Amino acid sequence: MIFKNKNVPTNLDASNSETESLSQSQIVRRRFLHHRGAMVAIFALSAIIILVFSALELKLFGLKYRGWWKYNITDMPDLAYKECPGGTIGCPTMSLRPTFLGGAGIRFGEHPFGQDDVGHDYFALVMRGAQRSLLVTVIIGLVGGAIGTVVGAISGFYRGWVDAVLMRFTDFIITIPTLIIGSVIGYHFGNLGVTFLALYLGLFAWTGLSRLVRGEFLTLREREFVDAARVAGASNRRIIFKHILPNAVGVIIVSVTLLMSGAILLETALSYLGFGVVAPDVSLGVLISRYQEAFSTRPWLFWYPGIFIVAIALSINFIGDGLRDAFDPRQRRRITRKDRQQARVMKRKVAKDA
Amino acid sequence: MLAYIMRRLGILLVILFGSSFILFNLAAISGDPLADLRISKDPNAKQQMAVLIRDLHLNVPPPIRYFLWLKGILGGLVGNLDFGKARDGQLVSTSIASAIPVTLRLISMATFTAIILGITIGIVTALRQYSRFDYAMTFVSFLLFSLPIFWVAVLLKEFMAIQFNNFLREPTVAPPWLIGLSLFSGIFWSAVIGGTRKRVWIVFGFAASISAALLTFLSLSKWFLNPGFGPITLLLIYIGVAFGVTQLSVGLNSRAALKSSLTMAALGIVFYFPVQKIFMAENKLLFFPLLVLVTIGLAVGVSFIFAKIDRGPTIRTTVISAAIMGLLMIIDKLMHTWKPYMENDAINARPVPTIGQTNALLEPGNYWLSTLDIVMHLILPTIALTAISFAGYIRYSRGTLLEVLNQDYIRTARAKGLTERTVIMRHAFRNTLIPLTTIIVVDIAGIVGGAIITERVFGWRGMGTLFNDAINRFDLNLLMGVFFLTASLAVLANLVADLLYSALDPRIRVNTQ
Repeated sequence: MIFKNKNVPTNLDASNSETESLSQSQIVRRRFLHHRGAMVAIFALSAIIILVFSALELKLFGLKYRGWWKYNITDMPDLAYKECPGGTIGCPTMSLRPTFLGGAGIRFGEHPFGQDDVGHDYFALVMRGAQRSLLVTVIIGLVGGAIGTVVGAISGFYRGWVDAVLMRFTDFIITIPTLIIGSVIGYHFGNLGVTFLALYLGLFAWTGLSRLVRGEFLTLREREFVDAARVAGASNRRIIFKHILPNAVGVIIVSVTLLMSGAILLETALSYLGFGVVAPDVSLGVLISRYQEAFSTRPWLFWYPGIFIVAIALSINFIGDGLRDAFDPRQRRRITRKDRQQARVMKRKVAKDA
Repeated sequence: MLAYIMRRLGILLVILFGSSFILFNLAAISGDPLADLRISKDPNAKQQMAVLIRDLHLNVPPPIRYFLWLKGILGGLVGNLDFGKARDGQLVSTSIASAIPVTLRLISMATFTAIILGITIGIVTALRQYSRFDYAMTFVSFLLFSLPIFWVAVLLKEFMAIQFNNFLREPTVAPPWLIGLSLFSGIFWSAVIGGTRKRVWIVFGFAASISAALLTFLSLSKWFLNPGFGPITLLLIYIGVAFGVTQLSVGLNSRAALKSSLTMAALGIVFYFPVQKIFMAENKLLFFPLLVLVTIGLAVGVSFIFAKIDRGPTIRTTVISAAIMGLLMIIDKLMHTWKPYMENDAINARPVPTIGQTNALLEPGNYWLSTLDIVMHLILPTIALTAISFAGYIRYSRGTLLEVLNQDYIRTARAKGLTERTVIMRHAFRNTLIPLTTIIVVDIAGIVGGAIITERVFGWRGMGTLFNDAINRFDLNLLMGVFFLTASLAVLANLVADLLYSALDPRIRVNTQ
């Protein structure tokens, strides 16, 4: 059955945007902005970031920002139990079902995500956890991306013994499974704080990226425009930064996004095993691992951090997908229903003319 | 070629040496294995410390101690492999030897299912590119990419184990579930089969009503308490298998293949009751390989009767069908074991376990009961691992098949008038498998050390647990033993993948200079 569908259009007359004279970056930007999944993901991710970072108290360079949420992670209000169903304690007060559907109306309440065992507001804890997870993700992305790009660029551009040494070094690090490195590092340096942990993880997370960048540099350095630049007397530095790097930027951006979506899962996995973020600090992985036994009695302690992890990782993955589509020169525009209709109209017109 | 392999092996040894040296020192400087003994009030603490220092050579500084460890490993070249002692005085090699079978059992089933499911769905999405099914599967695969496995595991324990066990107390499917499952099945099959709007609706109607009827029948006849196919249902399924395998393998136009597959189906039913006897026989180690050999022999013989010329494809088709039929017969047998299993005191009518490798309370001796026990303990981890890893296979196989379908030789094949089945299965699918093979080889090696979290969530004692213990207790020798094994597997797999690639694809030549 599967094989009989022959009406898949393979090549449509795309006389519109694809043939306009646009610069490479304009094409990429336009393609990215037209990728619906990526746009939704960007919107969702920014919403999460704004929510998460504005809720709690923040201290930055001596400036203090008082968050809009009334509790902090150290506050211990009284445990609510009166209105909780089934004799549980600290149940969530958030309700999304309006009154006319038999619910309690749309309200946020005193403790929207409930409270933990001793009464800490769980909304504040989840917000702090998400802040930590996002921070780790960004740091790993930046550190890993920077090292990977530099190593890949140098070994791809200079080749020879530089390349051999750098790539063997990369192989060393690839052989050690990430979780092993993470655990060794996390176990012994986790208590130095989450920033330190993320920096260390970033030091080992660049290997895949450096291989990709190296491959890209190896092909780009043989191209005519590089020869032209060299004949014109450009220095190696100028060739790398002005000529090759802008052409390799697509590969770099895409793999850094994928690196970041892997990083958030790595952090949660490490925290789950007890090698990542340690008490009193919290991350989403810590919260899940702490309350997994509570799932049957107080499921909200388990759902909310999990939903935040999935939402963040999913958004990053979709943004990465959109970027890949946008940067891939072989990628044809997706064929929409409007295109098919247009093609049918054209066909009819041609038939009528003939 | 030989020179190339030797050179690669040389590089591989250097890499293993380098990375083990890095890890050894990293792990050694990062913690003190005697820390808990130093503050211990136990009067024997001093003596224990002395024993540990002697056994683990703790008085030697790490960079030099590494070479002591390396000496033990290099002893493997002369048949005297020595991983050293763990902190509890046990030999590391014994712990590893007992952990490997557990890990292999845990991951092999999951990897197998993930590969089969992932490639199948990936291919269907590529053939239905930019359809709703494609978009839905893209979303699902991204979702699976983004799930932490321990989170999935807890959800599975709640819904697949605890709730399902509760359901078995009163095994009738409630109407909301019935409607939901039927609608889902309708939507799924209409999306997979696709086509014009009319056909989509017809398929939807058929799939939804058949699922609804089936579920109602199963729940009314209390099938979930005493499952099994029985000979008649089995015959229907066999005929379906014969047609399906023939269509995919050589096409229904090949009468010889169809006839011999159908004959195997008939033979399978004829031998149904004798085989049940063999299943109950005492000496299973002898009978099982014999049964497999007889099945394959029968399949080859039958295809020799029906196919006069060009026997290869017919034999292949018949053997594949016979293998699937044999598997179904074993599944049927396991299903018939379900009732006694449920009634066993150790199980107490809650058959889906949430934790552990086997049920220790189950008395040994009954082969089928213990097999079913192992299978039941495998179910949840297998679903969790499959869900996480098959998303990758969907994306890979979809991408590769799309690339292959753009090639000129596909256009040539279509232009010379081959059927779409031949173009897809013979020209496109086989070329898709080349890059997939290499990915699969590397994945399988990586997963041996990668099931740490799964083992922990489900309480299995495999390589992951060993590794976890090693880090928690600063057990350097144990850590290095686990690492050495997983790392050598990983680099070897990379080498095998490269060689396989050049063997499968004649366009690739290995770099022999």
